[in-house]
Amino acid sequence: MTGQAGFSLLLFLGVLAALGYPLGIYMARIAQTAPIGGLLGKLERAIYRVAGVDPAHDMPWARYAVSVLLFNALGVVVVYLVQRLQLWLPLNPQGMANVAADSAFNTAVSFVTNTNWQGYAGESTLSYFTQMLALTGQNFFSAATGIAVAFALIRGFARRSAQGIGNFWVDLTRSTLYILVPLSLVLAVIFMGQGVIQNFQGYKQVQALESVTYTQPKLDVAGEPLKDTQGNTLTETLTAQTQTLAMGPVASQEAIKMLGTNGGGFFNANSAHPFENPTPLTNFLQMIAMFLIPAALCFTFGRMVGDSRQGWAVFSAMTAIFVVMAVVAMWAEGQGNPLLTPLGVDQGHSALQAGGNMEGKETRFGIVGSALFATITTAASCGAVNAMHDSFTPLGGMVPMWLIQLGEVVFGGVGSGLYGMLIFAIMAVFVAGLMIGRTPEYIGKKIQSFEMKMTSIVILVTPFLVLVGTAIAVMLEAGRLGIFNPGAHGFSEVLYALSSASNNNGSAFAGLSANTPFYNTLLAIAMWFGRFAFIVPVLAIAGSLAKKKRIEATAGTLPTHGALFVALLVGTVVLVGALTYVPALALGPVIEHLQLHAIH
Amino acid sequence: MNTLLRPLLVLFTLLTLLTGVIYPLAVTGIGRVAFANQVSGSLVMRDGKAVGSALISQSFQEPKYFWGRLSATSPMPNNAAASSGSNLGPTNPALIDAVRGHIDALKKADPGNALPIPVDLVTASGSGLDPHVSPAAALYQVARVARERHWDPVKLRELVLDHVEGPQWWIFGEPRVNVLLLNLALDRAQ
Repeated sequence: MTGQAGFSLLLFLGVLAALGYPLGIYMARIAQTAPIGGLLGKLERAIYRVAGVDPAHDMPWARYAVSVLLFNALGVVVVYLVQRLQLWLPLNPQGMANVAADSAFNTAVSFVTNTNWQGYAGESTLSYFTQMLALTGQNFFSAATGIAVAFALIRGFARRSAQGIGNFWVDLTRSTLYILVPLSLVLAVIFMGQGVIQNFQGYKQVQALESVTYTQPKLDVAGEPLKDTQGNTLTETLTAQTQTLAMGPVASQEAIKMLGTNGGGFFNANSAHPFENPTPLTNFLQMIAMFLIPAALCFTFGRMVGDSRQGWAVFSAMTAIFVVMAVVAMWAEGQGNPLLTPLGVDQGHSALQAGGNMEGKETRFGIVGSALFATITTAASCGAVNAMHDSFTPLGGMVPMWLIQLGEVVFGGVGSGLYGMLIFAIMAVFVAGLMIGRTPEYIGKKIQSFEMKMTSIVILVTPFLVLVGTAIAVMLEAGRLGIFNPGAHGFSEVLYALSSASNNNGSAFAGLSANTPFYNTLLAIAMWFGRFAFIVPVLAIAGSLAKKKRIEATAGTLPTHGALFVALLVGTVVLVGALTYVPALALGPVIEHLQLHAIH
Repeated sequence: MNTLLRPLLVLFTLLTLLTGVIYPLAVTGIGRVAFANQVSGSLVMRDGKAVGSALISQSFQEPKYFWGRLSATSPMPNNAAASSGSNLGPTNPALIDAVRGHIDALKKADPGNALPIPVDLVTASGSGLDPHVSPAAALYQVARVARERHWDPVKLRELVLDHVEGPQWWIFGEPRVNVLLLNLALDRAQ
């Protein structure tokens, strides 16, 4: 298994760099306002004419921020309304009812903020119209918003003595038109070839080989469970001769779900569902797709600031953390569950089976394909899952949780990964500046009091949301009611949920019953502020940096492209993440790990 | 205000049309032409009737069929309209009970089987719809199925090995056996 794991990891990183580098150079061209020729160029200019946008107009940071906020707030309203009215809208062959207010609000915020946390089960809640128009649309827009903010911050470094940081409408349109739609189209076609479904038919009944007998609670006309005189729930035994296959326009949503690091599945089981992720090849492509744009943006950064080594340095720091985490996750899951060994279960790896901790995992992906996917989806702010993180071993589950808590700067979300990592780079040069007693600079820009204040807000806002939110949830009855697994693992479920929402990841320890008014509201607040209380200070930094002159490097300047800086950057990320979260992690996965190995 | 509201409303509308209508319809069109079978669910036909999807597991509890992964979907297992994993944590006693229960069922159906029990055969899949088991899990059941169907176990073992799919392109994923397709082959050969 060690050989297979190492090979998979190397193959993944090789393909990622080979595809990410040219894409990054291409994206640097998209970030310029120079017109693009051809049909798409004509379409772009037509859109600006109708919208009354002057592409040459540069926005100061505050204007840019207001545009971002308004566009995303409008998204929340539209996605909310579509869900609340879906019964009366077209493309609803299953007659899905209108979504409840708290769930619709949570989902609207979730998809707008690029979190794509799912309190609902897709195939039993949402119409094709909601999935296709509202959710797929937001998958594109939230990713384009991330790219736009990353472009704006890069311009802050690249420009000198400038008032503006770009035009949000232009960045939004160009990211969608030239990057996201073409990539998604290609990926969706490959997915369909592998078996991902794409249709608008009603759910299909097929004649199963064997009938299934099952019991379920008896319901009254209002859909409430019936009880006998003693208050016990009445059950009925039924036999099903057929199997119902959920259908829908999945491939088109699946492609942007991965490329946009959104992660909201068409189905409840997300990328574990064979109709979303049918083969090991689609699994590999989904993993590449999650990291593709975030990795490419590192190179875009290097190109735009005129020093490609700066991009490689950021890319290297991300890769270093990622590789360590992936190895730990694959190792932990490969060990299996010691409680199953005494029952005579064979968890060893051989030519005939993947072995390891297979609860919640799919046979076609095995341990390597599942643990690697889990590491990538949480390093990125994707949150798609191809295995149930709740059933991971304690250490195997702690890797995804901690990667989320690091702020998803290890490649991270589309755009958000790079701008998050650049904030940590500012922090790193600041720490280094304190040590040697010089004014810190990064990419030729002096880092001063305003930038550091904003950096502090950015770095503190998500830990505040995660830790205070978790504390509230475990103190209140409404929060504790949602917990599914007993003991320390139950606490991990709540901590994971708040970490995932505040950092806009969207994956879950999904045993937690989060589709309640309490969690829908708490998590929606965490998602909104985790996204926009982060973006606004980042744009403020971009605006402030753009105004500054660019100073030439001298003998006293800390070079930010070498191994020393990469180590400093990795150290800063890991230290902030560890100092903030080790106490909380000790109450969840760490205790559970000790218990698991003490009782066997 | 017009310089803010007009771009906001117009861009939101136009880009929604592009990404939420034109793009999915284009994908649907390409799929219909190029991959008609896949996009409608990779259905498996027998005597002109759909009996399942090659990508979705079905429930098998009769000893004459090969059994698949456990499925935690509700209200019935392998419910392809409500995918779900068990979400049982590694230290949850309910997980151990579920595993033990399935081991007992396997032993009851085949008391003489002394092979080690492959882990994927007694654990629930992530989707509840995993169509595959490991080759080890299929081979574990050969003795039982052969006895129930009065087959030569050597011949049945060959049939199973014929149904093993190796890693895709030799490098991606794990070797596996599609349980539904294997069981259909069994019925055909009977």
